[in-house]
Amino acid sequence: MFANRMFNTVVPVISVLLGLIAGAIIMLGFGYNPIKGYAALLDGAFGNAYFFGETIRQVTPYILTGLAVAFAFRAGLFNIGAEGQVIVGWLAAVWVGTTIEAPMIIHLPIALIVAALAGGLWGFVPGLLKAKLGVHEVIITIMMNYIALYLSNHLIRNVLTDKQDTTDRVAESASLASNWLMELTSYSRLHWGILVALVAAAFMWFLLEKTTTGFELRSVGYNRHASEYAGMKVGKNIILAMVISGGFAGLAGAMEGLGTFGYMPTHAAFTNIGFDGIAVALLGGNAALGTVIAAFLFGILKIGALNMPTGAGVPGELVEIVIALIIFFVASSYIIRWVLLRFKKEGN
Amino acid sequence: MDNYVVEMLNIRKEFPGIVANNNINLQVKKGEIHALLGENGAGKSTLMNVLFGLYQPEKGEIRIKGEKANITDPNIANDLGIGMVHQHFMLVETFTVTQNIILGSEPKRFGMIDIKKAEKDVQELSDRYGLSVDPKAKIQNISVGMQQRVEILKTLYRGAEVLILDEPTAVLTPQEIKELIGIMKSLIKEGISIILITHKLKEIMEVCDRCTVIRKGEGIGTVEVSETNPNELASLMVGREISFTTEKKPAQPKDNILSIEDLRIKDSRGVEMVKGLNLEVKAGEIVGIAGVDGNGQSELIEAITGLSKTESGKISLNEKEITNMSPRKVTEAGISHIPQDRHKFGLVLDFPIGENMVLQTYYQKPYSKNGILSFKRIYDHANKLIEEYDVRTPSEYTKARALSGGNQQKAIIAREVDRSPDLIIAAQPTRGLDVGAIEFIHKKLIEERDKGRGVLLISFELDEIMNISDRIAVMFDGNIVANVKPEETNEQELGLLMAGSRKEKVGEQ
Ligand SMILES: Nc1ncnc2c1ncn2[C@@H]1O[C@H](COP(=O)(O)OP(=O)(O)OP(=O)(O)O)[C@@H](O)[C@H]1O
Ligand SMILES: [Mg+2]
Repeated sequence: MFANRMFNTVVPVISVLLGLIAGAIIMLGFGYNPIKGYAALLDGAFGNAYFFGETIRQVTPYILTGLAVAFAFRAGLFNIGAEGQVIVGWLAAVWVGTTIEAPMIIHLPIALIVAALAGGLWGFVPGLLKAKLGVHEVIITIMMNYIALYLSNHLIRNVLTDKQDTTDRVAESASLASNWLMELTSYSRLHWGILVALVAAAFMWFLLEKTTTGFELRSVGYNRHASEYAGMKVGKNIILAMVISGGFAGLAGAMEGLGTFGYMPTHAAFTNIGFDGIAVALLGGNAALGTVIAAFLFGILKIGALNMPTGAGVPGELVEIVIALIIFFVASSYIIRWVLLRFKKEGN
Repeated sequence: MDNYVVEMLNIRKEFPGIVANNNINLQVKKGEIHALLGENGAGKSTLMNVLFGLYQPEKGEIRIKGEKANITDPNIANDLGIGMVHQHFMLVETFTVTQNIILGSEPKRFGMIDIKKAEKDVQELSDRYGLSVDPKAKIQNISVGMQQRVEILKTLYRGAEVLILDEPTAVLTPQEIKELIGIMKSLIKEGISIILITHKLKEIMEVCDRCTVIRKGEGIGTVEVSETNPNELASLMVGREISFTTEKKPAQPKDNILSIEDLRIKDSRGVEMVKGLNLEVKAGEIVGIAGVDGNGQSELIEAITGLSKTESGKISLNEKEITNMSPRKVTEAGISHIPQDRHKFGLVLDFPIGENMVLQTYYQKPYSKNGILSFKRIYDHANKLIEEYDVRTPSEYTKARALSGGNQQKAIIAREVDRSPDLIIAAQPTRGLDVGAIEFIHKKLIEERDKGRGVLLISFELDEIMNISDRIAVMFDGNIVANVKPEETNEQELGLLMAGSRKEKVGEQ
């Protein structure tokens, strides 16, 4: 058991290291100093209070989309639709934030809940189609992403505003932003959302590991036939898993709408927060704690990388390549597993 | 020195918390069928996985044809002429026989797979050893027995000279077993050596030349089959005397527990598989369903347990109708089900064995309260069952996947019998169990009967049906064609009835 645990933590760590090494080689190849490059990256993530605040802000939606993908995965489903769920969650949060008037104690929770519900609805549709008709969730979630993108743009231009490209700002009472946090971090966009994300992670852990609902979801994820035999309703569990998964992603959208931006712009392309969630979940081994750690790593890379062009003269494109390499090595952790096993055998 | 093709000397293999093989010696002569015998969890599959390169031993030496070999993966085993057919098959369902056989060593022509040549080769091999396999058939459309032959062909195609068969007969019907034995005999005539794992002593006596016995991971020794008998083999294996017939008092049937009236079931293709079947099981009796596989037995079980829907007819439990109820409702109404396919239905292999023990009851007290699981209660319960049913596992936290096949089966039986249901449906309950465990399970089923429960036993083993049933219902072509008492019939008569020849119906109805 212990050996297995170790293994599950060693593999992602090695993946990340390999990614960093490969990134270093590329920087060298193009004539940049990798040590300086990575120093700039670290500096850009932690170097001062502003950078630190921005890193945490970036981590927040990553935790939630990572949880979304991980949660569905634990029930045996591949939710590629976190992206679309983020967008509808964002729109729903901003809608509630801009149109309702209520004291904060009511307004903010409602905005969050509606965002989660909107994301959940976007997960419900592929869940229902999978449960009732056996349509593969990957296909439906991809299509739902496009529906979310263009539908939200349409609604922003024609319903929430009069032909504008951004919505109004959400009311104070629905905002996650905090002057105190901003002052603390030299006016970064850090907001209270990180607490929401951490609570969501704790919620996922508790639900999956401690409750009968989680028992069913995991059972269905591993073996549908045995679950059905044991009296669990497979279809119901598939739908539930997709709804909760979508709910997490919807909250990620709320983080942007109520926290980082405070409004919603129309999007020409996807936000990528949802897609990055796939890599976060993968790196985090689809567990709640792992996802949080992986989200931190991604946040650090994303924000720290912004400093690499100015700090070390490494162009932004190269930084993107380094991040892609790390994801590549995480995704190919299967190969690392295999090599490690070989070593273990030969060691004996 | 003898002419050994395979020698495994002083092999030791450990898993976390358990020594699966310790100091085991196995020497196989060219052209012999060598049996490997041992209780469930004794370490037979592990030893063969070591030979096939899936596991690396901690200690010991392997020699192939007298030369020391370092088999670090199955490809090396293949190159050395060792082939293995696993306890659970590894075939691609949607591929044809030929595609499965050539997978990984495809014949190429101009860089393209030469499927014509492959089909010809497969046909030739099949003819040579009398396997009668159709190279163009899809795996999903052929019987389990045929699939097994495809696995055998796969190893022969790769030039295997030593064939490891891990419990090949556990999944076969008696007729298929006869055919397999014929195949094995023709293989050794061609100079191929076979290592056969089986729990059926009759088979060892019939086809094997020598037999190596393992007990709890330790090598006990090798005996010449011609100089031994089933009783000696059994006591060598378990370390005590075993009785082969199960003692039981005459049944005292009471009220009907299960009644089925005019049941009709269609399968997914719309073919009627159960055609107006009537059946009753009373409290305090064991009804055995005898029949050749594919005569509607699986469909019947699935309908009773709620896994599939019926066309028409009525199923009642204790006078209450349960037709087309959900599996959960059926379970709660008082039916337990030991499923035929333990990996597909019986277990969540990636769950710890302890959590598998509450697969149907996790939502009830005391295993959970207000939707929160009580792991302490769950694992206490598992511990009790593991002890009582002698499930050999390193701990209750071990994943079900890591248990030996027989111990997985024992875990399922423990779970199903312990629920104290009114009716136990046992489909091939002793498949893959050693003789000691079979004795134990039969005793348990009879004990439950004596407590006033009904037992519906489905088995392809006539021995088992004859031994423990109080009444035998013969199933043929979707119907019960005869009801007979075991003491008033014999295997010949049953065989004829199962093949569809008519008989004046005995017993009630
Ligand atoms: N991968 C594994 N990890 C941990 N323990 C294992 C693993 N495989 C087998 N074991 C343990 O090693 C022991 C021997 O198992 P093995 O499968 O070799 O038994 P077997 O003789 O084939 O039994 P059966 O007749 O039931 O198939 C068992 O106690 C089993 O729990
Ligand atoms: Mg085995």
